[in-house]
Amino acid sequence: MAFDSSAVSRLAHLARIGVDEKTASSLGSELEHILAMVDQLREADVAGVAPMAHPLELTQRMRPDEVTESPERDSYQENAPRVQDGVYVVPKVLGG
Amino acid sequence: MQGKSLKELAAALAAGETDSASLTEAALKRIEARDGELNSFVTVAGEAARGAARAADERRAGGESGPLAGIPMAQKDLFCTQGVTTTAGSRMLEKFVSPYDATVVARLREAGAVMVGKTNMDEFAMGSSNETSYFGPVKNPWDPERVPGGSSGGSAAAVAARLVPYATGTDTGGSIRQPAALAGITGLKPTYGRVSRYGIVAFASSLDQAGTLTVSAEDAAYVLAAIAGFDPRDSTSAEQPVPDYPALLGESVRGKRVGIPKEFLDEGVEPGVRETFRKAADELAGLGCEVEETTLPNLKLSVPTYYVVAPAEASSNLARYDGVRFGHRAADPKDLTDLYERSRGEGFGAEVKRRILIGTFVLSHGYYDAYYLRAQQVRQLIADDFRRAFEQYDFLVGPTTPTAAFRIGEKTADPVSMYLNDIFTIGVNLAGLPAVSVPMGFDGKLPVGMQVIGRAFDEAGILSLAHQYQQATDWHRRVPEGWEE
Repeated sequence: MAFDSSAVSRLAHLARIGVDEKTASSLGSELEHILAMVDQLREADVAGVAPMAHPLELTQRMRPDEVTESPERDSYQENAPRVQDGVYVVPKVLGG
Repeated sequence: MQGKSLKELAAALAAGETDSASLTEAALKRIEARDGELNSFVTVAGEAARGAARAADERRAGGESGPLAGIPMAQKDLFCTQGVTTTAGSRMLEKFVSPYDATVVARLREAGAVMVGKTNMDEFAMGSSNETSYFGPVKNPWDPERVPGGSSGGSAAAVAARLVPYATGTDTGGSIRQPAALAGITGLKPTYGRVSRYGIVAFASSLDQAGTLTVSAEDAAYVLAAIAGFDPRDSTSAEQPVPDYPALLGESVRGKRVGIPKEFLDEGVEPGVRETFRKAADELAGLGCEVEETTLPNLKLSVPTYYVVAPAEASSNLARYDGVRFGHRAADPKDLTDLYERSRGEGFGAEVKRRILIGTFVLSHGYYDAYYLRAQQVRQLIADDFRRAFEQYDFLVGPTTPTAAFRIGEKTADPVSMYLNDIFTIGVNLAGLPAVSVPMGFDGKLPVGMQVIGRAFDEAGILSLAHQYQQATDWHRRVPEGWEE
């Protein structure tokens, strides 16, 4: 798998991580190197093997449909970089 | 009191020979005086610790007691602690103060444990050397030019240097066992689901498991007894009974069948490590175990499998860091996309970015089947290898790592060579099994560890084998030069 800077930039945009041109180029060769190691997976004979869904053969538990938590917006928002009147503030999304 | 086992500390507290306030003050003083040499703590919580110590002494005066009550300890900085910063070793969470405690933290607090601080770690637990931490590398007390391993490198160094009697860790691909081995201490990764993940900053949710870094297997049994057990707040927590681990340490290991997978002794293992392990295996035979060679044929694919599964899960888990609700936010964003991209670009370090990008790639349209689906199939093959081996053997053992501690900077330029350091530990996470690393001797002047792997939920078994090995040997009692006093 080859990653030139534009392939890295596309991937980085999918992951919403800003990378500059220089970093994109070095990241590209690092990703190639890692995926070359990962390509050993092609050696395995996986015909008829069901992909693992959970490391232990346990079923997901159901819980009673009850309210177990109360809203704690104020304490949660103490960590927010910007809030106003209890809402998170972001740059304008709609309109010009 | 420094260097005493948890049992000895509990006895001294019960007899009134010391109190929690004195133990806590001594730990804080030692950290203050010596941690500059190691950088094993990100945060020292002196005031909170003194308060907890006073509370522990009051509870004891009121007739309460317990094996961990009043004893100082440290939490890996991946566990959320109410009122004390939880950074995950990242600039992204440099100022994050959790509004709640992780279940492990709450249970230890309830048991009267006194947290003196939060330990340094690889950023978001992604690393095997503690060099990816935003707060700088941790030094190995056995040789300050070398790494203590990672990602729980701060916890391992702090325990090895006897700054605290024990610390917590998390293990996604070896992050408890590998640093324990490289720092000459005991590191326990319980079965997936045995200890609650609630309140632990998530890395790869199908692999992450919390555990302990202690001097001995006996100490690990006491700490595990306090933190193990079902938690309704963790959807993958196992509803399994929790045995009395300390009481079971003496269970006979005579006649137990121990397999040594030959893949654990292949050509990548340093001769000194192999030689040390041979002697450790002889000790196990001396304890009455039936030791023989076996095989885990797909184990060699565990590193490539892991580097698909773990980054895939990480890319999803770390999507929550958006610069909006908590964590680092870039200044003066021009629009919402710019806010996301720059906040994440500035907040994450190089290794975390690499893994998120790998994860994004393997989950992306057109590549999912070739990478992610295939890795989950190979993961099943690896788990099947372990299942077959455990039909024949009670335990599987081998060196925890192929080499002793490497030099700071030695592997940073080549991520793949760093990843390969976890070749013997990753398979256990993929299969969800419990394992413990115990000191088994030295390669030159550096400690090396033996890994004991058990059946799912047989922590009692691996701890009893480890404990009895530690009764016959004294490697776990060795303290790095300069840290004895």
